[in-house]
Amino acid sequence: MLQDIELSRRGFLGAGAGLVVGFHVPGLAQAQAGSQPPEVNAWVRVLPDDRVIIRIARSEMGQGTLTGLAQLVAEELDCDWAKVGTEQPTPGQNLARNRIWGNFSTGGSRGIRESQDYVRKGGAAARLMLVQAAAIEWKVPVAECRAARSVVTHVPSGRRVSYGQVAEAAGKLPVPTEVPLKDPKDWTIAGKPLLRLDTKDKLTGAQVYGMDLMLPGMLNAAIRDCPVFGGKVKSFDAAAIAKRPGVKKVVQVGDSAVAVVADTWWHAKTALDALPIVWDEGPNANASSEAFAAVLKAALDAPEAVVGNSHGDARAALSVAPRKLQAVYAYPHQNHATMETMNATARWTPTRCEVWTPTQNGEAALAATAEAAGLPAAMCEVYKINLGGGFGRRGAVHDWVRQAVAIAKELPGTPVKLIWSREEDMLHGRYHPVTMCKLQAGLDAQGNLTALHMRIAGQSILAGVFPQNVQNGRDPVVFQGLNPSGPEASIGYAVPNLLIDHAMRNPSVPPGFWRGVNLNQNAIYLECFLDEVAHATGQDPLAFRLKLMANHPKHRAVLEAAAKAAGWGTPAPAGVFRGIAQTMGFGSYVAAVAEVSVSPAGELKIHRIVAATDPGHVVNPQQVAMQVEGSFVYGLSAALYGECTLKNGRIEQSNFDTYPVMRMPQMPKVETVIVPSGGFWGGVGEPTIAVAAPAVLNAIFAATGVRIRELPLKNQSLKKA
Amino acid sequence: MATLNVNGKPMAFEAEPDTPLLWVLREQLGLTGTKYGCGIAQCGSCTVHIDGAPVRACALPLSALNAQQKIVTIEGLSPDGSHPVQKAWAALDVPQCGFCQSGMIMAAAALLAAKPQPTDADIDAAMSNICRCGTYHRVRAGIKQAAAAQS
Repeated sequence: MLQDIELSRRGFLGAGAGLVVGFHVPGLAQAQAGSQPPEVNAWVRVLPDDRVIIRIARSEMGQGTLTGLAQLVAEELDCDWAKVGTEQPTPGQNLARNRIWGNFSTGGSRGIRESQDYVRKGGAAARLMLVQAAAIEWKVPVAECRAARSVVTHVPSGRRVSYGQVAEAAGKLPVPTEVPLKDPKDWTIAGKPLLRLDTKDKLTGAQVYGMDLMLPGMLNAAIRDCPVFGGKVKSFDAAAIAKRPGVKKVVQVGDSAVAVVADTWWHAKTALDALPIVWDEGPNANASSEAFAAVLKAALDAPEAVVGNSHGDARAALSVAPRKLQAVYAYPHQNHATMETMNATARWTPTRCEVWTPTQNGEAALAATAEAAGLPAAMCEVYKINLGGGFGRRGAVHDWVRQAVAIAKELPGTPVKLIWSREEDMLHGRYHPVTMCKLQAGLDAQGNLTALHMRIAGQSILAGVFPQNVQNGRDPVVFQGLNPSGPEASIGYAVPNLLIDHAMRNPSVPPGFWRGVNLNQNAIYLECFLDEVAHATGQDPLAFRLKLMANHPKHRAVLEAAAKAAGWGTPAPAGVFRGIAQTMGFGSYVAAVAEVSVSPAGELKIHRIVAATDPGHVVNPQQVAMQVEGSFVYGLSAALYGECTLKNGRIEQSNFDTYPVMRMPQMPKVETVIVPSGGFWGGVGEPTIAVAAPAVLNAIFAATGVRIRELPLKNQSLKKA
Repeated sequence: MATLNVNGKPMAFEAEPDTPLLWVLREQLGLTGTKYGCGIAQCGSCTVHIDGAPVRACALPLSALNAQQKIVTIEGLSPDGSHPVQKAWAALDVPQCGFCQSGMIMAAAALLAAKPQPTDADIDAAMSNICRCGTYHRVRAGIKQAAAAQS
């Protein structure tokens, strides 16, 4: 059966010590597939009362994809938006139906852009089937019938029938294969700033996140993995905590972790805190950020490197350039720090394993479940539960799912909910990769940029997550935003002699896709260095960029839109200074202007951000604005505070006291300018993050003359140079 | 057996005296709207009202509470989501993932109860809750809209 649409409606089913809260728990709901009104097609169900249930395969983690995808289906379905609800097919159902719902992966800002075509066709096909069913019932030609707002009308006779009345008959018709789609200029539901469909339960505490799940007979688990990456469990003294309240079992998980299972999570967590564990810290026991920085620094000049973008002869041009500039930048490891820590609930028997978990990729979670359960995927199921943030942490590697299944295997038939403490979450992230970049510019006598060499040294995400995708030492994701061309993430400048290369160096800290991924640091490196070149040659940072952008009209248009909206070239308020940056990533073009002031004591105040975005087509402008606003929180949190450091093989930051993030008082005013040029589909959840930091860093230079080349800012002095 | 007054009702349960209020609410009383985010009173996801004041439940042990204190959680803020803060939040689409929003809403409701027309500085001082999706912009607008609706 599908995950129940009533998931979030709750009532108390039981009472007593530890009330059992009765959610409509997917996988436990009593409704059987046969008792549900049948589907029109894979994407649409229509109930007899005309409610339309749209299937959403991608995960909703706050980014608004659920509402946007529903808008696209509803648009083509011509249904009444007020009657739209959603439900999520399970990964197991997708497997059983030959992946009829396509890819479940929800990362890389792909949720809408990479499913828009087939979900719109799904909505359009359902509309054709509903119209055809009505025409058959009336014994009239289909061509005489029209659909609008969930009603089919036979135009010559004026007869009308609602979708709900013909849905069952429509579901028996063959699904049409030739499905024309509307021109986006004719949209009435898509493209509009509609409110989200998933807000109500987030306002009352009724929304069930993975951490909130309660199943009958469920136990709770807390876990500690060896704090040193690559270390193992040597021994632990289970007897020492056996008599603590509620403790049921102490379990070794894999070769590196220990979990305590108890009646409540608080009992499990406090017992784990009291459990004596001896670690074998392994080969990385002495690893440190400091030592690895030296490795990166050496790699900046290493002879061997993989080329990502090259034309002309940058090295030769640099050697003869009358003027040269050089700078080295660095970007640290960071934790995703989703507000909801990693968690999963698992129930294992020798013939079936089920997992309930917040995941950005239900299919990958199912694969991890099957592997950890030692069962074929067909004997497993994953129920996606609402995510308290994802940001890339919950997509590629389902380490917490494997742990939960391993624990549940020790207690066959009993559901076990594993929740990571914040400390566990901070120490066992999949961190933003660490890199350094050396940039060298060659200039002619007029201050024109004739050569640019960007040497990136550092960590590869693919090498850590999908090593099979690294070919001959080349991780293509490293060059995000710097590619010579292409619809995904290409550089916006033409430099006569250009070389961008990467010397891969991987530390013991496991990397992951972190909202914005490699675009984050690449945009800082390039946009701040170009700013340096502009200032060093006495050129306006905007005018300098525009000279290099003649062949990149989309990059250029967005940069100009941001500059114009911000009033670039007009005086800023007294004491306020501007910085500008642009990039392209995740299929979209973005730019930002930041306005900052810096007090004589070096205190930074970010007053205003103007951000422009061209995502091609816009499905919901309000959701785009929310993603742009949120991108500045994520990007500026990183710039101001974000840093995970390694000492004695382990991450030093353990909670929000040592890993600060941006809060309300630091939040600038954000003005979002959407300049959709149409004709393509770009993502919006991530690209803007990349321009947040360089726009602010360039504004700081304008204000102080201090050029920040190492993040985060909390480690730097901003006193005027 | 201990008793606390939660959302207007005396509720009985069993827990050790050092159990934080957060885990009593979530695991003994089934009120999971109040969230665990950090456990050290840093992030505010666990914000509840005790006698009207915003309190971080994750670092408050049961032993520090008594049955007379009136504890209100997100589930008890209004019977039907009609508190002015909840209404403003709905109108402005404030939540993204929503995980921090129970705490945000409780902090905002307590602020407005104490200061019906808060300034930006009041908002900055009262709203130290962490949101990672980045809703701060709309949280501020939501507080102002709720304040305007109340006046």
